[in-house]
Amino acid sequence: MSWIGKTYGSALGKKAAMALSGLLLVGFVLGHMAGNLKAFLGAEKYNGYADWLREMGSPLLPHNGALWIARVVLLGAVLVHIHSAWSLTRLSRKARPKRYYTLTAQQATYASRTMRWGGVIILLFVLYHLAHFTWGMSWAHPDFEPGNVHRNFVEGFRVWWVVAIYVVAQVALGFHLFHGFWSAFQTLGLNHERVNAWRRPLALSIALVVSLGNISLAVSVLMGWVS
Amino acid sequence: MRLKLHIWRQKNANDGGSFATYARDDVSPDMSFLEMLDVLNEELIESGEEPVAFDHDCREGICGSCGVMINGSAHGPESGTATCQLHMRKFRDGDEIRVEPFRSRAFPILKDLVVDRSPFDEIIGAGGYISVNTGSAPEANLIPVPRDDAERAMDAAECIGCGACVAQCPNGAAQLFTSAKISHLAELPQGRPERFARATKMVEVMESYFGSCTNFAECEAVCPKGISIDFIAQMNREYLRSRFK
Repeated sequence: MSWIGKTYGSALGKKAAMALSGLLLVGFVLGHMAGNLKAFLGAEKYNGYADWLREMGSPLLPHNGALWIARVVLLGAVLVHIHSAWSLTRLSRKARPKRYYTLTAQQATYASRTMRWGGVIILLFVLYHLAHFTWGMSWAHPDFEPGNVHRNFVEGFRVWWVVAIYVVAQVALGFHLFHGFWSAFQTLGLNHERVNAWRRPLALSIALVVSLGNISLAVSVLMGWVS
Repeated sequence: MRLKLHIWRQKNANDGGSFATYARDDVSPDMSFLEMLDVLNEELIESGEEPVAFDHDCREGICGSCGVMINGSAHGPESGTATCQLHMRKFRDGDEIRVEPFRSRAFPILKDLVVDRSPFDEIIGAGGYISVNTGSAPEANLIPVPRDDAERAMDAAECIGCGACVAQCPNGAAQLFTSAKISHLAELPQGRPERFARATKMVEVMESYFGSCTNFAECEAVCPKGISIDFIAQMNREYLRSRFK
């Protein structure tokens, strides 16, 4: 195990850990978005999907078993992602104690330059999102009914400012994914002249699919297309 | 051409430093940037003032000695050139030009625009070489090198170690320099036996001085030799593979 500690001790190792945990989280947001599109199929299908999530892996795993495994793995990935970002940011801050009078941006994308604060926005949003739909805290969701996923979903998005929060967060997530997914290829050394041309379009597609998919859900409820 | 220069003046490593402003009204557009500074220095010397200290040597873009920040860009507004290859015709009459030294914790300012880039030498010393027995030089064609490998090695070997990549990087990272040096040797049969030990050691020294890459690609944009960030990916691959050796 010491090689893991030694690798994570280096900045390149931390970057690799950030990339791997990030890719895992990209997989999660893709699945999360795709699964929630079932909301368009009506209450029965959507609630059925929610029940299936709890029975996933049955009978090998107990009730909620796979769900909890996923939660623990995701939490681990989030912690690794944040810790590596935090310590690498500190390393970079130390590397230039005296700033320039002017430093002209050359070709860095808006997405790349907003990774750190974008990440903070996404973290705050995830906490709000959990309070809203998972924990059903009364300040976030006054009309929460445990277990009735479709109803909570519809009631939750009837409020315009809630939808606004989700839209802003999804735009932030889209930018984060656009740079992060491409960046992971660089960090993990996955470059080859045959794949290089596909990395940007792939990152753009994932960013667009995830954020537009999620936005479509919240907006559809607000517009009354889903009830 | 009439120009207004704001140049960073700093007496020595311990001095705080500040910008000094010099109005110029007879700058020829055919001068190089360094020649323009030469003329300024002549006048400063004649009037009994201290000339502006800046690094330079070959003045043809191959030695890597020169390099300052010009209006926030390492080596100035033109791409693919060192400061010495930048000509005043790239500026417009009446422009204000701000000249700053490369800033990095690893590159302490010695005087005015002169910085100490010896951490780059330390990175090279940690593994940027191949170990061979001394004696008469072997016949060059005894070791076949595929053409594409040779081309990639040469692309990486173009790095002149000027430090513009570090200077432009918002993180003060030295990934482009280190990766060019690692990739250059990793592409060639002579460099391969030590490739993983080399990656480990050079990265270790790099990280003790510089910041962490966030794949902005600002370095690539200002590199006078146009070194590609593909080499950074290659270095990451070399390093991660070295962890499994």
